This record gives sequence, C-alpha cells and structure tokens, in this order.
Amino acid sequence: MKYLANVTTLRLFKDLCTGCGTCAVVCPHGVLAIESRLARVVDRDACMECGACSRNCPEEAITVQVGVGCAQAVINSALGRSGEACCGLEDYASPATDCGTSGSEGACGEASRQRSRSGCC
Amino acid sequence: MSDLCCPPQLISCPDAKNRVAPGDPPESRRDLPTSIVGEVMSPIGPVPRVSNQLSQYDRLGMWKVRWGIGRMGYTVAPGLYALGQPDEGSEVLVTANYKMTFDLLRRCLTNVDVWILVLDTRGVNVWCAAGKGTFGTDELARCVEAAGVNAVVRHRRLIVPQLGAPGIAAHEVRKRTGFSVLYGPVEMRDIPAYLEKGRQATPAMRRKDFPVTERAVLVPMELVPALKWVVMSSGAMALLAGILGRGPFVANALLHGSRAFLFMALGTFAGAVATPILLPWVPGRSFALKGAITGLTVALILFGGGFLRGLDGLAWLLLITAASSFLAMNFTGSSTFTSLSGVKREMKIAVPAQAVLSLAAIGLWMYALLIPGGVS
Repeated sequence: MKYLANVTTLRLFKDLCTGCGTCAVVCPHGVLAIESRLARVVDRDACMECGACSRNCPEEAITVQVGVGCAQAVINSALGRSGEACCGLEDYASPATDCGTSGSEGACGEASRQRSRSGCC
Repeated sequence: MSDLCCPPQLISCPDAKNRVAPGDPPESRRDLPTSIVGEVMSPIGPVPRVSNQLSQYDRLGMWKVRWGIGRMGYTVAPGLYALGQPDEGSEVLVTANYKMTFDLLRRCLTNVDVWILVLDTRGVNVWCAAGKGTFGTDELARCVEAAGVNAVVRHRRLIVPQLGAPGIAAHEVRKRTGFSVLYGPVEMRDIPAYLEKGRQATPAMRRKDFPVTERAVLVPMELVPALKWVVMSSGAMALLAGILGRGPFVANALLHGSRAFLFMALGTFAGAVATPILLPWVPGRSFALKGAITGLTVALILFGGGFLRGLDGLAWLLLITAASSFLAMNFTGSSTFTSLSGVKREMKIAVPAQAVLSLAAIGLWMYALLIPGGVS
C-alpha cells in the first residue's frame, strides 16, 4: 500500500553521510538503503515522516519534519483541543524537546502528561 | 482478587509515575497478581519474574482496550523484569508500559531467557510513544541507570524495538549509558528468530506492513466513537423531521429518525469498517477518497435496491458518501504508512468537500420533508 506521492519533507544530505547504515536499519518502509557505501533514498513516496532515520543519524545528514499522519490529530489541533479523547499535533511536533519526556517537571509537565496519557493512536 | 497481597518488590525507575512500592494503591500494581510468577536473583537483588502465559484477566483486558474500555491507564509498572531464567549474559529487551504491549511481548517469548526493561510511556505503545518522545533517549538512559542494568548484565547491549527508533537516538544512548542499542525486529513475533540468528533481522523483519488482521482489530476503536455520533445525529434528525414533516409529529419522527439511524449506520459501516478492511483494494491513495468511493457504492446499492429514492434518496446518497469519506480519513491515524504532510494535503481538499456535501445533503433532506411528495 502506498500513500500520496511527492509529499514527504525527507531530505538527505549526502555530503554529510558516512555510510553507517543506521537509517536503512530503522526505516520501517525501506525508504533508505546503503548503496556504494552511502545512504540513498530509494523509495521516497513510502516515507511516513516518523523521523527514525534523522534521529538516529549521528552525522545529522537527514532532515524531516516529523509528525504522525493522523487526521484526527490535525482536526484536534485546528480546534485547539487537547487532552481529550485524542491527541493533537503538538504532542508530536518535536519529541526531542517534549517537556514530558525527561522526567523533570517543567512548566508544562502536568499538561504534557495529561496529553500523552490520552494515547489515541 | 489477590490484588492486596504483598507483591515482590520491583526494581523500578525511581521517579517513574507508576513506580510500585509497598503501600501504593492497588490500581498502580494491577499487573502484579496475574503476570508475576516469582523472582530471579541478580547481583542487585531479586527481580520479578513474569510468565509468558496470558491469564483470563489479561485476555479480557486486551479485549476491553480494543473496544476502548479502560484504555487510558492500562499500564504495568516500569522497571526491570525477568522472563525465563535470565543471567548476566542474557539479552535486555526494552519495551513500553502499555499493558497490552507488555502482555503481547511476554506471549511471544517462548523458550528464551531474557530481561525486559519497561520504560514509562504512560501506558502508550512503543511506536506512538516514540513519536511523542516518551519512549525516548532520556527515558531509556534514566531507566537503564535506575534499574541497575549495568550490574545485572555483563554485556553492554540493549535490544530496542525498531519502531522505537523515532524516539531513541542510538548513538546518544551509547554516549550516555555505555550501552549499544541494537534495533530488534518490527514485529514481536520475530524476536525469537532474531535472537536465534545472533541478533540479525532479515529485511522482511525490518518492514512494517498493515495486513488485514491488523486493520480488523483496529476497527472497533473507529466504530465506538462513530456510533455515538450516529445515535446523536439521528436523534436530532428525528426531532427535525417531526417538526418539519407533513403530518403527525410522532409518525414523522419515528419514520425519519429510524431511517436516519439506519442510513448513517450504513455510512459508518462503509467508512469505519469496509474501507479499513478493504483498504488495499479500494481505488485511490487518499483515505478520504477511498471512503467516498466505498460510501457512494453503498448508497448506489441502496438506490438499486429501492431503499433510496427521489430527493430524499439523493440527500442520503450525499450524506452517506460524506460520512464514509470523513471516517475513512480518520483511519489515517490508525494506519502504518501515512505521513503528516500527506494527511494535511488530502485534508485540504477533503474537509471542504465533506462539509459542502453534508450541508447540501441536510438542505436537500429538509427540503424533501417540506415539499409534497418529496419523500417517496
């Protein structure tokens, strides 16, 4: 099954790649492969923007706007709903800086936990 | 229930939300009575040992959460567990603290001796929690340290589910904990084979597909909220038909209310059941388009069977198509291959189209009620 063509925000900067191959290992849709000891995008339209490749690239040679392809989350964000039956986009926007992650109670610790608790997906 | 029995002390992550300690309220250790079958001694003390068998309680719980009952907070206590008789050379499998995830993982692990490190993902499965960042580098590093994994095993390897990779930066984990992250297979059922082959995954084990069985188990979660809407809106339409319709209030309300319930239930079936099940075979790539096609097909069958006719029938054709399209579009969140960029692109066209169709349908439906012979 293939989703829409020509939409992904995935970018690979070849000059930074050292060919470690982690991106090809973590991609659940075979978007990336190692060819001639360097990463190559071999099935661009299969990308679901999960961000596994960019997060695991030690050279930061891959960028992608990470998100979850969930219409309900888009609707919730548009309506300014959060913490209800389903999740909103802000839960996913930047996993790295999610204040609910670190175990520390930041300013939005409780709100963030409330949101993550809802776990619709 | 043996809920109030003294559980073996868990070696848990200290500031984890679901930390289990003697004296904690019973609901925070709801996993304990059924899955813990003893303990395994380790250099840092006894570690609770879990069974690879699911109890009736586990199976009932799994069925319930599939229908959305008690789905929030269906958790196990984070921390380190033993399965089989692991020792200092055994692998450490990392997972999430959604109880269904934990149970399915246990069930897959027959004839292996492993440690299981459960991260606190607040009851969310690995893939979603990785997307949210709760199944992440920080939480993994914290849990490895808190559970004393470096004292429990001699090697320095952690086996992390491949679908945890959106949250985990393997190179950072190594820097911070000294442990190498090895990405295991996508599906838990492949773990024994992966371990047997010396921690090697075949290319097929690295792919996430979306087979019909997996689509089918997700259907109830689509159905439950949709049916609430069906009941509410057919109630509203019954009321409206009673007021607007030609003839007695009760007769009109009953007739049109029950028709509304039936047709909307069929629209829901088209969008939330038929489209997910038939996903690869319904034409189109956009989920909204797939749903519209399924809905239109159902409506045309109703026309062919004589259940829909005239203006009122046309109104229902539009509404069934729009509802099915909307519900199918919402299935993007359950699917395993849609991207946010793609969903946004399809919504840009689909949402206005669904709104226009629905408004036209309701206008037409009311008009058919008002004019003589509008409803045939």
